[in-house]
Amino acid sequence: MKALSARLRSISFHYWLLWVAPLAFLGVFYFYPLVNILAVSFGRGQSGPVAPFIEVFTTPSLLKILGFTFWQATLSTAFTLLFGLPGAYLLARYRLRGRNLILALTGIAFVLPTLVVAAAFNAILGPRGWANLLLMQMLGLEQPPLHFVNTFGAILLAHVFYNTTIILRLVGDFWAHLDPRLEQAARVLGANGWQTLRRVTLPLLTPALASAALLVFIFDFTSFGVILVLGGPRFATLEVEIYNQTISLFNLPLAAALSLIQLGCTLALTVLYTRLNARLARPLSLRPRQFTLRRLQSWQGRLLAGLYLAALLGLLTLPLVALVTRSLTRVESLPDGSGVLAIHPTLDYYRELGVNRFNSLFFIPPITSIAISLGYATATVALALALGLPAAWALAHNRKAASSQVFEPLLMLPLGTSAVTLGLGFIIALDRPPLDLRASPLLIPLAHTLVAFPFVVRSLAPALGSIKPRLRQAAAVLGANPGLVFRYIDLPLVGRALFVAAIFAFTISMGEFGATALVSRPEYPTLPVMIYRFLSQPGSLNYGKALALSTILCLITAAGMLAIERFRIADIGEF
Amino acid sequence: MNTRTSCSRNKKFSLAGIRLTILIVLVLTACTSTTPGPVTSLPVATPITELRTLRVMTHDSFAISEAVLAAFEAENGVKVQFVKSGDVGTALNKAILSKDNPLADVFYGVDNTFLSRALTEGIFEAYNSPGLAGIPDEFKLDAENRALPVDYGDVCLNYDKAYFAKNNLQPPVTLDDLLKPEYKSLLVVENPATSSPGLAFLLTTIGNYGDPGYLDYWKKLVQNDVLVVDGWETAYNTEFSGAAGKGARPIVVSYNSSPAFEVIYAEPPVEQPSSAAIVSPKTCFRQIEFVGILKGNQNRDLAEKWVDFMLSKTFQEDLPLQMFVFPVNPQAKLAETFTKYLQQPQETANSEAAASPANIAAKREAWLKAWTEAVLR
Repeated sequence: MKALSARLRSISFHYWLLWVAPLAFLGVFYFYPLVNILAVSFGRGQSGPVAPFIEVFTTPSLLKILGFTFWQATLSTAFTLLFGLPGAYLLARYRLRGRNLILALTGIAFVLPTLVVAAAFNAILGPRGWANLLLMQMLGLEQPPLHFVNTFGAILLAHVFYNTTIILRLVGDFWAHLDPRLEQAARVLGANGWQTLRRVTLPLLTPALASAALLVFIFDFTSFGVILVLGGPRFATLEVEIYNQTISLFNLPLAAALSLIQLGCTLALTVLYTRLNARLARPLSLRPRQFTLRRLQSWQGRLLAGLYLAALLGLLTLPLVALVTRSLTRVESLPDGSGVLAIHPTLDYYRELGVNRFNSLFFIPPITSIAISLGYATATVALALALGLPAAWALAHNRKAASSQVFEPLLMLPLGTSAVTLGLGFIIALDRPPLDLRASPLLIPLAHTLVAFPFVVRSLAPALGSIKPRLRQAAAVLGANPGLVFRYIDLPLVGRALFVAAIFAFTISMGEFGATALVSRPEYPTLPVMIYRFLSQPGSLNYGKALALSTILCLITAAGMLAIERFRIADIGEF
Repeated sequence: MNTRTSCSRNKKFSLAGIRLTILIVLVLTACTSTTPGPVTSLPVATPITELRTLRVMTHDSFAISEAVLAAFEAENGVKVQFVKSGDVGTALNKAILSKDNPLADVFYGVDNTFLSRALTEGIFEAYNSPGLAGIPDEFKLDAENRALPVDYGDVCLNYDKAYFAKNNLQPPVTLDDLLKPEYKSLLVVENPATSSPGLAFLLTTIGNYGDPGYLDYWKKLVQNDVLVVDGWETAYNTEFSGAAGKGARPIVVSYNSSPAFEVIYAEPPVEQPSSAAIVSPKTCFRQIEFVGILKGNQNRDLAEKWVDFMLSKTFQEDLPLQMFVFPVNPQAKLAETFTKYLQQPQETANSEAAASPANIAAKREAWLKAWTEAVLR
């Protein structure tokens, strides 16, 4: 007995070693640049590092921005949860035809650059969009009745559009493996549906739910492109104001103070979450998906599911359809000045992608750009999994361990960090050999990994954490070393979560623009960088090319996600 | 995904941390070796001696013809490496923050609205290029020649010709016209805090109405339902009715060159652009872009050659079709498309005292703050 407990102790002793690689990575590529830029920024102030904080908390317009940042993030997260949870439930509990396709379609939203999403929404809701034209015709109106751009509603809608896939994947996947017998038992014991949901299902789901909600909240909290492009200049989040203070006003001390405040909020939220989660997570018997999925039996059930899926796919794919359609059509005003638009189908925009009209040095054929994007994405997946898996494993092994309590919130920090601050941090910190990475293409997968890392850990930790310790202990007692325990117990049980994690890393890398633009070498542009290049030039041909390339980005991303799903080696079912 | 096969039975767990580290190193080195090679099709000369490298830091919009660059490289036995660093403001901030250990030898792209920041921070070394001789004085804003003018672009109102023809309306001629009821809800402009043409238009209004008169003007513009959006892309592509997005507003703040590019980048080819620029006196603002040799550079001689090259006729004639801006060197000839479709303002708002370079340097930040408070909040 003594030998056994010693053996078990020796296993747990080694778990903190798992933190070495992830923390070393964060230390070099995150904390070091960040501390550098903050020190330099505060150093430029005339009146010490405290003055900018006083300025923030005594300036009404800045306080208003702080309040708005919280308010819009809270509302956006609430709507995203409301909209996503029924989908997570459907995907978790019922056999649906084309579920992978549904998931892939909802995931495309995640990678699209903001300007493209704005263009897509405008094709529907803009002043000359389908919806407005239809309403004007039906109601005989002179002016378009729907206003979209520059409204608060546009911000909320875009946040739901972008982040619903996080709920579907993180919550849906965990839910799918919850043992339905627990709920069935509750029903047999006389609980009604509501009681079962409140007393059984929700408590069991909490770790995944809180994880997903936290990620969505932080994404909304640090929102930049959506606020600028769709919300318009009247709305500003902290992230927008940091950019404004840094670039436009060059008030680096104030920008640094705002960055730290944004970071502090992220940290506080994450610490709160960690505390909560350590109490809430409980070991479960996860079940293979084939045992948890049912068919939709009743016609009411089918009708509700159908209506919901129609709404889900409507919101998440109609803008994509508009985008694809627009990339295949030429719209021109008739020369008679009547304002009537003529629409012709065309493939010109795709054809023109391969043409270097003015022999520009930085011309990149689309196929090369696709290869570059895929290369960066592959590197990001490999790096994010290599770093995220040990971190998630250590975290899952013992959430209450001091190392987990301290390190877990740190993992989330990169998401709460202003891109422009960190980008400038790279420039001043990573400037000497052996780490002179300032003009290196290597910076891109590194930056993408910083963003993807928390997602990988979030996808893996709940699944790893819910494995009953008894299984591991039994294996250990039977002579398996921790490597074997991982190989034969943990890996098969989390195989599915591993793929969710890989898909997140892949999509984040494919769509990332902010950091990429900051460290981009013009010879190696990713697809989003190319899209922005075309969008920033006048001429209908450039606009068409941007939309054509966006369509290609959608297709590549969807194909990539479906491919990763296919490679799935070990669903829980193999156990 | 070979985690399945990579754990052999006999290895001790204590090695796992090390193995992970090795894995990460492998991944990192794999990234280096699988990075796509240079994709430009430059003529590859067999180097007899090792080529020197000149590093040029610039913004996202920089472009150049392959042949023009190849000629420079061949003539001077140099390889030019471009470091792009985001928009103008971001690129400039990077140059300033890295001035003790500069990323490049030369910086190109700072414009007359950001010039004072670059000069105050002292990132440039002076260079009296012989190329300056032929360039008109109006472009030379730094007497010490630390920043040398390369090109300019005029930010002007553009209008949708079809809309005005259909409604039998004359396009506005002065900024005052924009306050008239017949132009209500027609104008879309960019936020000067996030957009460079937006800032140029703000400076146009300051040139016309002075400080604080411009704030009154903007309040009236707001009453006449001006639409303010974040950047040029949204204003021009999405909201403006005379361009590809077919928005709802027929007047936009853009460049005087935009209509010409509507012809150049039209599919199928068109005879006339769908839009036109308004170039009446004091309604445009001229943006001038500068190049400078960065302090702490490694290649002063090559950097000088590059600056001379940017002022030369060859490079200056390459500018318009690559970067949508125009040469400051009067010897450079414009392509026929431009002489046919380009309307040049005779008198820009830059000549007004309120919008003088000294005033911009002193008040830029204060104007932006005041504008934001007055128009947005």
